[in-house]
Amino acid sequence: MSTAAVIPLESAHAGTDRRHFATALGREWRLSSWPVRISVICLALFYLLALASPFFAPYDPTLQSRQLPDCPPMGLHLTPPSEWSKGLFFTYPMRMGDPVERKFTLDRSQKIYIHFFERGHLFTTDPATPWFMMGSDALGRDLFSRIVYGSRVSMSIGLVGVLISFSLGISVGALSGYVGGRVDNLIMRWSEIEMSLPSFYFLLALAAVIPPGLGSAQTFFMIVAIMSFISWAGFARIIRGMVSSVRSRPYVEAARALGAPMSRVLMRHIIPSVLGYAIVAATLSVPGFILGESALSLLGLGIQEPAASWGNLLAQAEDVQNLMRYPWILIPGIFIFLAVMSFNFLGDHLRDRLDPAHSM
Amino acid sequence: MGRFLIKRLLNMIPLIIGVTFLSFLVMSLVPGDYMSSLKLNPSISPEVIHQLEAEFGLDQPLPVRYLKWLWAAMHLDFGISLAYRVSVVHLIGARALNTVILAATSMLFAWLLAIPIGIVVAVRQNSIWDRVLSFLAFLGMSLPNFFLAFLMMYFALRTGWFPIGGTVSIDYASLDPWSKVLDRAYHLILPVIVLGSSGMASLMRLMRSQILELKNSDFVRTARAKGLSERVVIYKHVLRNALNPFVTLAGYGLADLLGGAALVEAVMNLQGLGLLLLEAVRSLDIYLVMGSVLMGTVLLLFGNLLADIALVAVDPRVDFSSTDSA
Repeated sequence: MSTAAVIPLESAHAGTDRRHFATALGREWRLSSWPVRISVICLALFYLLALASPFFAPYDPTLQSRQLPDCPPMGLHLTPPSEWSKGLFFTYPMRMGDPVERKFTLDRSQKIYIHFFERGHLFTTDPATPWFMMGSDALGRDLFSRIVYGSRVSMSIGLVGVLISFSLGISVGALSGYVGGRVDNLIMRWSEIEMSLPSFYFLLALAAVIPPGLGSAQTFFMIVAIMSFISWAGFARIIRGMVSSVRSRPYVEAARALGAPMSRVLMRHIIPSVLGYAIVAATLSVPGFILGESALSLLGLGIQEPAASWGNLLAQAEDVQNLMRYPWILIPGIFIFLAVMSFNFLGDHLRDRLDPAHSM
Repeated sequence: MGRFLIKRLLNMIPLIIGVTFLSFLVMSLVPGDYMSSLKLNPSISPEVIHQLEAEFGLDQPLPVRYLKWLWAAMHLDFGISLAYRVSVVHLIGARALNTVILAATSMLFAWLLAIPIGIVVAVRQNSIWDRVLSFLAFLGMSLPNFFLAFLMMYFALRTGWFPIGGTVSIDYASLDPWSKVLDRAYHLILPVIVLGSSGMASLMRLMRSQILELKNSDFVRTARAKGLSERVVIYKHVLRNALNPFVTLAGYGLADLLGGAALVEAVMNLQGLGLLLLEAVRSLDIYLVMGSVLMGTVLLLFGNLLADIALVAVDPRVDFSSTDSA
C-alpha cells in the first residue's frame, strides 16, 4: 500500500544530515506543479502573518480612527526622487465630506509618507494619519491590520482541530480495528450516531452552548473542540477499515508471534501503514475547520468582537447597505478562499505523492 | 431486499434516539434558557414565568423532559415554539419546503452541468479544455459558499438584475399561480448558482476520474475490439459503470446541501429551515431546535437509505442482504 511511498520522507527525517533533508525538500519542490508551489508560498506567508502579527500589521487592530469610518482603500504613490529622504512611498489623506453619506474626498494638498521598520512594524505611518491599504471598518479600524491579526485564528484553527480530531481518530480507529469484537462494535455504533448528525445544524446548536462572556482564547478552543468532536468519527471509521485489513497480514502476525505487546504492534507496524492516507486526509480536512470557524463567526456564534477572525470580519457584509456602499469589507473572504485553495492543492499533491492508490 | 430494508429501517431507530438525545443534552447545557430573557423583563411577573415553565415542562429534570418530548414526537407532536407560540410542525413545514426546493434545484443544476462536462473533459484528457476546466473546478471547490453568496449579493445590488435576497417578492400573495412560480424561480437563480457551483466542481472531478479509470479496463478494450464505435463505447459501456458512485452520492449530497443551504440562507436572507434554526438557536427556542435537528437527521438517514436502494437497483453486483451493512 502506501508504505513504500512513505519511506523516503521518513529516511529524510531520520537522517541527521541536514543537507540530505534540504536536497529532499528541493527534489519535492522540483516535482511540484506551479499551483502547488504558489499554494506552499501562500500558506508560508499566511503562517508568517499569524506568527508575527504585531510586526506585519501596520497598526493596532483595535485602534479606532473616528474621523475615518468606512473609509475606502487608499492608493499608494511613488515619491519623486527629491523627497526620498521622507519615504519611498506616500498616500494622500482622505477627508470625510459628508458624515451621513460617508463620502470621502482625497486631500491632494498633503502627503502621508510610509515608513518602513518603524516602531516595530514592517511598514506604518503616524497612527493619527493612517494609511488604510484595504479600507477601514465602521469604527475606523484598519482592515488590513485586522486581517493580519485574524489570520492567527483562521490559520491555527485548522492545525489544532486536525491535531485533535486525527489523533483521536487514529487511536480510536486503530484500536477498534485491531481489537475488534465488542469494543469495535460499540465504537462503530457510536460513530454512526455522530455521522448521522446533520453536522451544520448540530454545529449551530453546539455553538450556542458557548457562554457569551468567554474570552476569545477560550471561545477559540470551544470551537475547535466542537468541530473536532463532529469530525473525528468519519475518519476513525476509515482508519478502522484499513487497520482491520492490515492486521491479518503476515508481517503483523510475525510481530505478534515474536511476542511484541499490542502497543508496539500498533505503533510500529499498523499505524505507519495508514500514515500516508492519514497525512493526506489531514491536509484535506484543514479547509473544513477554517470554513467552519468562519461560518460560525460570520453568524455571530464564534469569535466575538473586538477580537478579529476572517469570519467575523465578514459579518459586516451581512447588512445589504454595508455591502453595497463599502464593498472592500469582502476582502477577508479572499484570504479565506486563498487559504482553503492552498490546502486543497497541497492535499491533492500529497495524495499523488503519498497515497497514489486514491489519487484522482 | 425486503429483509435488508427492514433491517435498515430498524437500525435507524437507535440512531434517531441517539441523535435527538445528544441534541437535547446539548441544548440543556446552554447557560440559561428562553425563560431567562423573560425573567429580566420587569413587566412580566414571576407567577406568569412559573406558569409558562410548567406549561412547557422546563421545571422538570432532563431525562423526564426528554422522554416526554420523545413520546410526543412519536405521535408527531413536536411541541410549541417558545418564541413564535405556534406548533413546531407548522413552522418547520412552511420553511422546509423552501429549503428542499432550493437544495433539489441546486442539485439538479449541478448534476446537469457536471456530468456532461466531466465526460467531455475525460474523453479529451490533457487537452486545453481539460486543463482549463479542471483548474476552474478546483478553484470552484475552494470558493467558500458564503463568500460566493456575498459576491452574488453584491452583483445583484450593483446591476439590479436580480432580487436582493428573499424567497418571494413582497406582493407574492396577490399574484396569480403562474406568476407565483415565475417569482419563485426568479428568486432562486442566484442561490442555486451559489449552492450548485461547489457541488458541480467536485462532481465534475469525480466524473472525470471515474471515466479515466474505466477507460483502460478490460471490458472497454473488448468493446473496442468488437469494432464498436467510440460513441457507443463511451456512452454505453464506460458511462454506465462510471455512474455508480453518483447514485450513492445523490443521497449524501442532498444531506450535504441541506447543511450548506443553511449558511447561504442566512447570508441571502432566504426563508428556509437553516435560517429558522439559526434564529431558534439564538433565542434558545429548544423545541424548535429539536424539531429542526430531527428533521435534518431524518432527511439525512432517508437520503442514505434511498441511495443504497438505488445502488442495489442499478448495480446487480451490489448485494446488501448478504453482508451486515456498514
